Amino acid sequence: MAIIDKRHAAKQLLYERVFHGATLAAAILVLLILGGVALSLLRGAWPALQHFGFPFVTREIWNPVTEEFGALAPIYGTVVTSVIAMALAVPTGFGIALFLTEICPPLLKRPIGVAVELLAAVPSIIFGIWGLFVLAPVLQRHVQPWLIKHAHPIPGIHKLFMGPPFGIGIFTAGLVLAIMVLPFIAATMRDVFDTVPPMLKESGYGLGATRWEVIWNVVVPHSRVGVVGGIMLGLGRALGETMAVTFVIGNAHRISTSLLAPGTTISSSIANEFTEAVGDLYTSSLIALGLLLFIITFTVIAAAQIMLRRLERRAEA
Amino acid sequence: MFTRRTFRTLKNGAFLALSLAATLTGLACLTAILWTLIENGIAGMSWHLFTEMTPPPGSSGGLLNALYGSAVMSLLGILIGAPIGVLAGTYLAEYGRKSALATAIRFINDVLLSAPSIIIGLFIYEIVVVRMGHFSAIAGALSLAVLAIPVTLRTTEDMINLVPPGMKDASAALGAYPWRTVLSVLYPAARSGIVTGLLLAIARISGETAPLLFTALNNQFWSTNLGAPMANLPVVIFQFALSPYKDWQNLAWAGALIITASILLLSISARVILAMLQADRGSGS
Repeated sequence: MAIIDKRHAAKQLLYERVFHGATLAAAILVLLILGGVALSLLRGAWPALQHFGFPFVTREIWNPVTEEFGALAPIYGTVVTSVIAMALAVPTGFGIALFLTEICPPLLKRPIGVAVELLAAVPSIIFGIWGLFVLAPVLQRHVQPWLIKHAHPIPGIHKLFMGPPFGIGIFTAGLVLAIMVLPFIAATMRDVFDTVPPMLKESGYGLGATRWEVIWNVVVPHSRVGVVGGIMLGLGRALGETMAVTFVIGNAHRISTSLLAPGTTISSSIANEFTEAVGDLYTSSLIALGLLLFIITFTVIAAAQIMLRRLERRAEA
Repeated sequence: MFTRRTFRTLKNGAFLALSLAATLTGLACLTAILWTLIENGIAGMSWHLFTEMTPPPGSSGGLLNALYGSAVMSLLGILIGAPIGVLAGTYLAEYGRKSALATAIRFINDVLLSAPSIIIGLFIYEIVVVRMGHFSAIAGALSLAVLAIPVTLRTTEDMINLVPPGMKDASAALGAYPWRTVLSVLYPAARSGIVTGLLLAIARISGETAPLLFTALNNQFWSTNLGAPMANLPVVIFQFALSPYKDWQNLAWAGALIITASILLLSISARVILAMLQADRGSGS
């Protein structure tokens, strides 16, 4: 039997400690990054928060000349564009996910699935220039005049479709965002639907249910938590998306009732104005916008992760 | 009169048709975007793109400095971010596992994975650019590194977990410490999976625009100085596309095509590697 070399053993133990320490340090760094993001944004936003106080989030004014800043218009734009995006992308993504898991012939399943995932890999700036040069002119010439003519006279929503067709604006931004988050929502929902045990679905068919009845009464209830998680993950993306929106939003710091009017979002205000911002208060106000975005998206993404985790744990059990 | 049965069949057909329509809409969007990109991008393609610098308004030129800057910053970003991501992923799979710390890190990492990149840009602006007093390529690379960490961490952990436990046990039975097992057994076994993660991370960061706006900014001229602002493809596309000059817009389209083609190529290679890996597993066991 070999005699254990004590020096060799000690060296091995030392390496082990070093390696363990290095991996632990890298892992801790991930925690530090999130903490660092929160702290640095808070520090950068502090002058603006101190100067304007709470009314910063309730005022619409945004005047770099008089150094009066309020975040209401960007918050409004962020929320409204994201709502439009989700209203369009959720049903469509749901349809794509259903098609891929329940309807699609097996031969086409992979190619279409891969195509959807590749759409998710396209950088957001591409959606931005496509939105500006292709989508906006089409909307301006064909879709928006139609909306103004036909949707405007409808009582109750007539204020949403007022004014001239600009092409760019809140509505266009919402549409581009919808196309952008669609692949994320479709891919997450597809993965969630795939976790439904085949036995449950077979039982449904065994009882004589149609395909839609199995989908609506078996697949959807079983994967509800995951579906909501996927939707919120998409919402997190829509809220924080910068480049796709910046191109087509029009960058106007005001709140219009019309969806066709130009507006602004938190991220596009920062992207458009940050490098041109003169004065500490201006820069600090933009960072304060960033802090708001961080808080909003962090809450949404964290909630989404908690839901997806709950589903995962149930799938394991 | 409708019987209940025909009603159910009709309803079924209607919803399945809607689902098909949704899929066709999604695919139509993808085709429309790629088509415009190729049409406009090809029109702007020429050798000058790769031999000349970004031009002043109103004259023709290329994208050489932007291509170089993008390559340098993406490469630096992955060189800084990937080791951290791989080591942290190793910690979660090998040491932390189900501990409270590991669970917390896993959660935070998933949040960072979908956090808006503009926030990361502001973070690096606050801790690097403000301190240095000016925009710089190294700040750009750091912001890309922060974006690369969550992707590599996630894939590394997943890929290590895919290694059959028997291999790890065999190594431990030979008296190897975990570090030896990780380096000599787990990393080699999970190699192609980890490489896939790196490719996905490069694909993710090379198209990022928002974080570079506040860190590397842009530079109209050739610069290899990491301490100075550096041109990069996404920011050039952003500025040129929004300009009123036809020459600049053409360059923006050409740049957009180059960037999308490289990212799709990276994503597809990552997929192919992963598919080969799964085929190996399937035939091996």
